[in-house]
This record gives sequence, C-alpha cells and structure tokens, in this order.
Amino acid sequence: MNAPLYEIGAFGETGALVFALGLGIVFGWFLERGGMGNANKLAGQFYLTDLAVFKVMFSAIVTTLLGLYWLSRLGWLDLPLVFVPPTYLVPQLLGGVVFGVGFVMGGLCPGTSCVSASTGRTDGFMVVGGMLFGVFVFNEMFPLLEGVYRATPRGPLTIPELIGVPFGVVVFAVVAIALVAFVAAEKVELHFRPAVRSGEALGDGR
Amino acid sequence: MNPYLAGVGIGLVLLGAFVIMGRGLGASGAFSSAAAAGMASVAPERAATLEPYAAYLGDERRGPLSDWLVIEILGVTIGGFVSAWGAGRLRRGVEKGPRVSNRARLLYAFGGGTIMGVGAKLARGCTSGQALTGGALLSVGSWIFIIAAFAAAYAASPLFRRQWT
Repeated sequence: MNAPLYEIGAFGETGALVFALGLGIVFGWFLERGGMGNANKLAGQFYLTDLAVFKVMFSAIVTTLLGLYWLSRLGWLDLPLVFVPPTYLVPQLLGGVVFGVGFVMGGLCPGTSCVSASTGRTDGFMVVGGMLFGVFVFNEMFPLLEGVYRATPRGPLTIPELIGVPFGVVVFAVVAIALVAFVAAEKVELHFRPAVRSGEALGDGR
Repeated sequence: MNPYLAGVGIGLVLLGAFVIMGRGLGASGAFSSAAAAGMASVAPERAATLEPYAAYLGDERRGPLSDWLVIEILGVTIGGFVSAWGAGRLRRGVEKGPRVSNRARLLYAFGGGTIMGVGAKLARGCTSGQALTGGALLSVGSWIFIIAAFAAAYAASPLFRRQWT
C-alpha cells in the first residue's frame, strides 16, 4: 500500500468529496462527544476551570504525529506528498492574536460553532454568522491588508527543518511535552474547578 | 466522552485525511467559500476582481478541490447533530454564564465570530486548518498561530469573565 491515496490517483474528485463528507461526519461526531460543541465548556479553558480544549487538541495532535511518523517509517505514507500549510511569520502571529481574542469573546471556534449550531444553540449560529461577516470584512479590506497578509513568507517550513533535528526526534519531544502537560492540566483543573471551591465554602477541605 | 479519547478519535480522523487525501481538515476555508459565493451572487464583478473572493470562485479557484472543505464542514454539522441526538443533547438554547443576559451573550458571540473571521483570514486558517492540521505537520507558522492565539485569549480573558463565570 502507498499513500496519500488521492495524490497517487486511487480515486477522482467525486471520490474525494465523498471522503470529505465521511471524514467531516466523524470529525463532528468526536467534537460533539468531546464536549466541543458547548461554548461554556470551551470558555472554561481560558478561566482554567475545564481544560478539555487543551486535552482534546493535544491528544489529537499527538495521535496524528505518531501515526504520521510510523506510517512514513513503515513506508506506507509518502510524507513529502502531504500538503504542509505554508508559513507566513508576521500574518500568522498577528492573525493568531486577533483570532485568540475572538475565541474567548465568542466561546467557540469556527469548526465548533458549526457543531454548536447544528445541536440547536443560538450562540453557535451567531458565531457562524459573525465568522461570515468577519471574512467579508477582511475581504473588503484586502487592498489595505494585502501587504501584511503577504509579509515574511517562509514556504512549507517545519520545526524539524528550522532547527535541523530529525522528524522523529521532534515527534518524541512533542509527545513527551504533551504527556507532562496532561499531568499538569489535571492538577490545574483540580485547583480551579468550581466544585473544589464550593467544597472550601463548606469547610470540608483545603 | 473522556476528552483524551475524543482527541485520539479526532487525531485518527486527521491521520485518515492525510492518508486518504494528502491534506488535513479545516473550517474557516468553508466560510471563505460561502462568503465568496454570497458576494458572487450579489456583486459578481467585485467577487471576480477582489482576490480573496476570486480565489474561491470559478476558474480562479485553487484547484478542483476548493469545495472539499465545504463538504467536510457539511459533514461536521451532520456528525455533531447525530452525536448530540444519540446522547440526548439536542436542545434549543444559549450557552453562557449565569451573570449575563441571552441578548448580551448573542452579541458577544457575533462579535467574537467577526473578530475570529478576520484573524483566521490573516493567519490563513483557524483552530482546524492551522492548529490541528498544521500543528500535526509541525508547521512553524501553525505553531506560531497556536501560541499567539492561546496567549491572546488568556490575556483578553478578564475582559469577558462576566460572560462566562
């Protein structure tokens, strides 16, 4: 077997769109099961009462990283054929800052707002509407923003290339950091969870 | 579901996308397609000449698969709906903290969405296309996006505490 299947011509455009639907359905299912369709739960990440966002996101990244590493090592996946999003240092730094403020304000991100809306939450619909309006605002302002948008291009640059360390070593480091961070996240939650605070109010613990 | 288990599930879906398609998942790109389609129906001239619209339209679009993310996001809404249905979580309502009115929460939601729309366009992706997909590919720009987004969200969180706690 060799992959990516689409890149080696295993199926055409129609097949690709069928896979888009299927992958999307499973993605949305796991997002909802992980509680990611609930703005209250997502906002808990930023007040340290519920770190599910961090846990879901980093266990996903670690899973994919390990999968990519082993599939490529076993010769089943041709890693250079996988599309790596190109790096633009300044716009991604600025865009990240702007995005983060919108995230804590809206309580949902673009993908999870679709889950929230489809499960009946009006705030989810409002984030979806806001996203569309925000894209419109950016597009209309594009002549002004184009300079920043195209600044500091670095191509499909990856961390292993940047620091000159083999892919596997960086994978190992990210997995190790994630495991330590998961343990830390559990401790942070125990400290900040409202349930612990109400226990304090009853005077039955630290 | 245990958040780590949900994360592993999402990681396997993302890995599946890389193996099957050679590309990852996304969300904000679908909003770009929708905005472009909307502009094309209202003001086709403008949509065809302004690059961020034109990039998602007709012959100018980036390859034959620019609709891929729209179909994927359609799948996300179906999957989310089915999951909530099965778990008895389908409910009309507004998620918010106890100290804020529905009206205020909905205004915050629209404002937050608007700000995220601008940020995601500038960064060329959002939590799905940059943080998850680019993060798992160890893209330098994606990790800059992850760190900047979370740092900014924590820095801004006191401004919105009343909405949530």
